[in-house]
Amino acid sequence: MTDWDGLLKKEEQTVFRLRALFEQYGYRKFKMSKFEEYDFYAENRSFLTTKNIITFQGLQGHLLALKPDVTLSIVKHTKGSYDCPERVYYNENVYRARKDDGEYKEIMQVGLEYIGEVDDYAVSEVILLAKKSLDSISSRSMLNISHMGFVQGLLEETALPPSQQEKILVCIGEKNAHGIGQICQENGVSQELTSRLQTVASLHGSLAEILPNAKALCGNEKAQQAIEELERLYINLKACIYDHGIHLDFSIVNDMDYYNGIIFQGFVDGIPTGVLSGGRYDNLVHKCGKNADALGFAVYMDMLERYGEEEKSYDVDALLLCDENTDTIGKLRAVQMLQSMGLSVAVQKQDDGRLKYKQLCRLSESGVEVIG
Amino acid sequence: MAEYLNIALPKGRLGEKAYDILEGIGFGCPSIREQNRKLIFENEENRVRYFWVKPSDVAVYVERGAADVGIVGKDILLEQGSDVYELLDLGIGKCRMAVAGIKGTRLTTDKTLRVATKFPNIAREYFRRQSMEIEIIKLHGSIEIAPILHMSDVIVDIVETGTTLKENNLEPLEDIVPISARLIANKASYQFNYERVREMCEKIEGLQQDIK
Repeated sequence: MTDWDGLLKKEEQTVFRLRALFEQYGYRKFKMSKFEEYDFYAENRSFLTTKNIITFQGLQGHLLALKPDVTLSIVKHTKGSYDCPERVYYNENVYRARKDDGEYKEIMQVGLEYIGEVDDYAVSEVILLAKKSLDSISSRSMLNISHMGFVQGLLEETALPPSQQEKILVCIGEKNAHGIGQICQENGVSQELTSRLQTVASLHGSLAEILPNAKALCGNEKAQQAIEELERLYINLKACIYDHGIHLDFSIVNDMDYYNGIIFQGFVDGIPTGVLSGGRYDNLVHKCGKNADALGFAVYMDMLERYGEEEKSYDVDALLLCDENTDTIGKLRAVQMLQSMGLSVAVQKQDDGRLKYKQLCRLSESGVEVIG
Repeated sequence: MAEYLNIALPKGRLGEKAYDILEGIGFGCPSIREQNRKLIFENEENRVRYFWVKPSDVAVYVERGAADVGIVGKDILLEQGSDVYELLDLGIGKCRMAVAGIKGTRLTTDKTLRVATKFPNIAREYFRRQSMEIEIIKLHGSIEIAPILHMSDVIVDIVETGTTLKENNLEPLEDIVPISARLIANKASYQFNYERVREMCEKIEGLQQDIK
């Protein structure tokens, strides 16, 4: 049997593992076209993480866009409702501007969306799938969970204008306690609330350990409800014996317009940025006129490209040298023979040093001989 | 055996000061004091690896995970908008980002303001918030010359004592933001080196409390 795992690159292996995992939980594959009408993205601009979209003219003169996002299209087409949920997963390329060099980049995303009534079961299912997805990439992974309701609840207590709340949110995302202190001081936020906000930024640890601390920080109904939801999630995960490697960390902040409930981000040891991100996004679904809530996540496959890949030290197992006069059938047979021994073979007239090989062979009258 | 903690230090006086702090709290690496041109230093006992990099590159090394933590000026963080945790204000390397111009310069809005600076993003953001139309002239050093030669109306630069400005017949006009050195950490590696990075933060905070 062929050893496919040895042949596939890390990100290719992961794609297959994730697909198998998602199918196991009843998610169906969603295949979308490369392009969408540009208007569709323009209307929903506030739900896009990227501001830049590659556009071009269709044959009928209408404006098309190379998709920067998959979730929007799934939500547009979904039949999920509060009565009956829809579970889909996808494996698609999206096109986004790269942060540093200002060029577009093709990013492969594998992800899933649960659209319907988001109850405790749905939340637990998606969190479990997110953690299992990380586990399929590495044995050292971490899923950080936060709740927008909790953070928003605390920010609302400050009664500051949205622009200032936004600044504090950025500082929470940076775990920047001194920055929070400064903004609060400038805006006359009480010492007590300031210190609670600073604590929120620095909290990090297992659900069991951190939830009581977070609960003590709640100052209103909104934050309280969020913590209760997290507590129920913790009980459910614990019952599945799958709470290990799942942390509470409120520094995962995201666009407040997009996400409204639980949000999460996944890390793998050895990859410098998050490889998985997701959360609850009811607002988008409602805006598209659907009668449902939604929860989902995506895994960024481009981050895995350089991960855990041992540098291949050779291109082929054997380089077979033959001279001009060797007949074709002789070459074909020799190659077949070597392949049957489990080797990969390249045939060349001479070794020009560009191809790295383990063994150098020569085909002569008497057969194949190993010469180096 | 614990893995090495990789620490990026900015070359120069700020980096040396920062190293003194880290050495004082048990993250020492004596070989770093040797006079040579090496850029990477390891200490097996403390499981730390230091490297000297250009100050403006520290955040890049941390963001891309080559360093787990680093010491960097707030000016550079603001300018580059790096996606890292900003864990601590070290309270060293204090100065401020300011708008400066030839003595007596008034910031008028009747024409486009020409701003010479090493920090185009900070300058653009500052004047945008004031709804002022500006033109950025990006320079890499000796910014003070630009208004003297009438190439720009004002400059946006770091002001420490104000001596350089004074000697060139310039004066600070408006403060933009106070600057000091920050301890930053890579977001992913923070998850897996949590105990050691936390220990580092808490010990430095302890030192700061003692000083107060």
